[in-house]
Amino acid sequence: MLQTEQLTINIGPQHPSAHGGLHVEAVLDGEVVVDAIPHVGYVHRSVEKIAESRTYAQFVPYTARLDYLGTHLPVIGYVQAVEKLAGIEVPERAEYIRVIMGELSRIASHQLFIGSLAIDLGATTGLLYCMRDRERIMDMFEMTSGQRLLAAYMRIGGIAEDLPPEFLPAVRSFVRDIPKMIKEYQGLLYGNEIFQARLKGIGKLSAQDAIAYGVTGPNLRACGVSYDIRKAEPYGIYDRFDFEIPVGSNGDAWDRLMVRNEEIIQSGRIIEQALDQLPEGEIRAKVPRVFKPEKGKSVYHRIEGAKGELGYYIVSDGGEKPYRLHVRAPSFVNLMALPLVSRGGLVQDIIVNIATLDPVLGEADR
Amino acid sequence: MSSQQAVIEDISNTWGNQIEVLEDEFFAGVKVPLQILPELFRKIRDEHGFNYLANLTAVDHQDRFELVYHIYSIPDNRKLMVKADVDHDAPSAPSAVSIWPTADWQEREVFDLMGIRFEGHPNLKRILLPDEFEGHPLRKDFQMKG
Amino acid sequence: MQKIETLFVDLSDWFIAWLQSLGVPLAWADAILLLIQFLCIVGIILANITILIWLERKVSGFIQQRPGPNRLGPHGVFQTVADALKLLTKEDIIPSKTDRLIFITAPILFMTISVMLYIVLPMGKDMQVVDLNVGLFFFISLGSLTTIALLMGGWGSNNKWSLLGAMRSVAQMISYEIPLALSLMGVVMITGSLRLSDIVAAQDNVWFILLQPIAFITYFIAATAELNRGPFDMPEAEQELTAGAYTEYSGMRYALFFLAEYTNLVAVSALLSTLFLGGWQGPWLPSWLWIIIKTYLVMFLFMWVKWTFPRIRMDHLMAFSWKVLIPVTLVNIVATGFGLYIFKGIGG
Repeated sequence: MLQTEQLTINIGPQHPSAHGGLHVEAVLDGEVVVDAIPHVGYVHRSVEKIAESRTYAQFVPYTARLDYLGTHLPVIGYVQAVEKLAGIEVPERAEYIRVIMGELSRIASHQLFIGSLAIDLGATTGLLYCMRDRERIMDMFEMTSGQRLLAAYMRIGGIAEDLPPEFLPAVRSFVRDIPKMIKEYQGLLYGNEIFQARLKGIGKLSAQDAIAYGVTGPNLRACGVSYDIRKAEPYGIYDRFDFEIPVGSNGDAWDRLMVRNEEIIQSGRIIEQALDQLPEGEIRAKVPRVFKPEKGKSVYHRIEGAKGELGYYIVSDGGEKPYRLHVRAPSFVNLMALPLVSRGGLVQDIIVNIATLDPVLGEADR
Repeated sequence: MSSQQAVIEDISNTWGNQIEVLEDEFFAGVKVPLQILPELFRKIRDEHGFNYLANLTAVDHQDRFELVYHIYSIPDNRKLMVKADVDHDAPSAPSAVSIWPTADWQEREVFDLMGIRFEGHPNLKRILLPDEFEGHPLRKDFQMKG
Repeated sequence: MQKIETLFVDLSDWFIAWLQSLGVPLAWADAILLLIQFLCIVGIILANITILIWLERKVSGFIQQRPGPNRLGPHGVFQTVADALKLLTKEDIIPSKTDRLIFITAPILFMTISVMLYIVLPMGKDMQVVDLNVGLFFFISLGSLTTIALLMGGWGSNNKWSLLGAMRSVAQMISYEIPLALSLMGVVMITGSLRLSDIVAAQDNVWFILLQPIAFITYFIAATAELNRGPFDMPEAEQELTAGAYTEYSGMRYALFFLAEYTNLVAVSALLSTLFLGGWQGPWLPSWLWIIIKTYLVMFLFMWVKWTFPRIRMDHLMAFSWKVLIPVTLVNIVATGFGLYIFKGIGG
């Protein structure tokens, strides 16, 4: 009998497919994965501690740096949580603009997901196509806030500034082009035999396991659980829109991709409806720069982030700064499922699993 | 949904005056002593279908720590907040990993940043900070050097 | 026209005549000519690769809807030169834990083997360094030697990524060597010779791509794997293995691997054109220009495939070779045999 030895390799924190500073300790038996243990914390910057020494309004830009790929969503989650805590009413127009920006962020995040998955599979060209389309969203963010990536455009009580005139036509034409984009991805990526072979049946996650491990967002829906916070516990004005929750059936990498692909289309539908209903009027409620929520009050507010359930738990001690702020980051919790889906696969599947669980380390490490 | 109230009533009936029903406008919740946490969790998971632990965190109230659990049931769309006080001098609490595996990393995070030990956790190590880090930064008495 | 056609042949004839007029014996003159031919080949290879790398970047840029290099010179043609200069001036790093001898020899061996492939390639009418009667056999066997160089690089680096890359490369090469050789059998059966000049001559009337379309496709696929190009770039696989067998290499040593891969690409493309596309044969233009045009067309095909396909998974790769390619090539051989038998029966 030949003596064999297990090989431990460290994928990351510096690695072409590490998606930021993710470190996966992979134990291999030849090319077969015995275990894949994710280690996080390489970009930890302790935002929860920082929050305790900033006023509620000062903390807004920090939240934009959580999920920097879908930058408006964590900011929306935070300002809504504070508004709930302090009992602030938001003007209608601001609510609609938030929905438009939030869904655009979701599309941007999902497009980057498709692109980075393609490049992780060695199809470099796929990334460039997705980036080209994502660029249009970035341009729209630049129009509204002057920032492309970390647009802290939301304010407590509304938004920073009204939309510029060139924004609405740009969104409309982008939304119109979504089916065309999807068709192009279809032709370049989804239809490819190798692409399908690399994803179908890889990294299977059962619905029970997904719920038990707290996996949320598109990853949970890929397992066939129709759970979307926008429907289950509508926040903001999401109860006014008509959209569907795409679900998968196998919970494999392919379903995780297809669910996100479908979500791009659904987000487009929401944006279209929001554009049609967009009212005129105020964009920000009169909120003092420094305000003090009631002492002892706490709130847990969650939104459907691009990666899953994004929750903020804020405790007030009656001061102008939060007493305690906790971010429930979907990327952090979703990563816990990585060993579960990777065991028994091949080295190449670890890369697929990291890419399709779609962690963003700014959010996981906080 | 009326069953939301029914869950809290069921809990009050089982443990009587050991628990305190919280008046919270956003989130129905109960405050319980630490030692009944595992039993309570098992009960609400098995009998009331609370299968998803969304959030687990802790707050440092200087004289005590407060553990906060936000628990949902995914098919029925119900929610429950559970709070429990932890002693400040020797903070330790029972682990929920055996009930909801998702508590694994979240408990490690609380241990890392707040310094609460979770008894029965399979792998209680620091997660966000390096292993050799000293202190627990989210405690209010943590000295920040500039 | 005739002058251009026989330009290089005339040149070497004139050169030998000139040497003999100086009183050099014929054998010596031949040896000197061989040396000069060798230097020419290296020159051709380097010139070709400079263009090729630029072309690859431009083609990939075109496919990916971006301009590609466009700063140095018109359309960025000098980008490769600048890169070569950069690589040459880089510090030569040999990690301390490596097996020094193997680590240093691996890239040199790789490059040497790749250059040797050109000895048998017909680069035009009567333009061949050595016309071996087992030319094709020589080419295939030398081509498979590159595996050893890769394995040496991967093993000598003493790095887990390199080792994994090298292991993959060996597994891949062994399984793709078989369909590679088998797919050429049809051509050899029709020609009845392993001599490359005979194979070119046999395509006087009809190119073998028409007689052996399946062999062309299988050879193309197997050659992609043999060249470690996408979608079969397993040993490198930068998304998984950082750079596979090349992880520890930097500067000129890395550049040697890089150059050797492109040298191989040119050689295989030239062989493909020789075997299936009629070699240097073609109307109007001189023969040596024809082979260049055909080679570049084949190389474009390789690039096109590389920049549009995702990387295949290791186990699928092996299964594809053993379960699809090898049976198909075997069937092709049998079919060719029958075809030849019937054809001869009719032709008497």
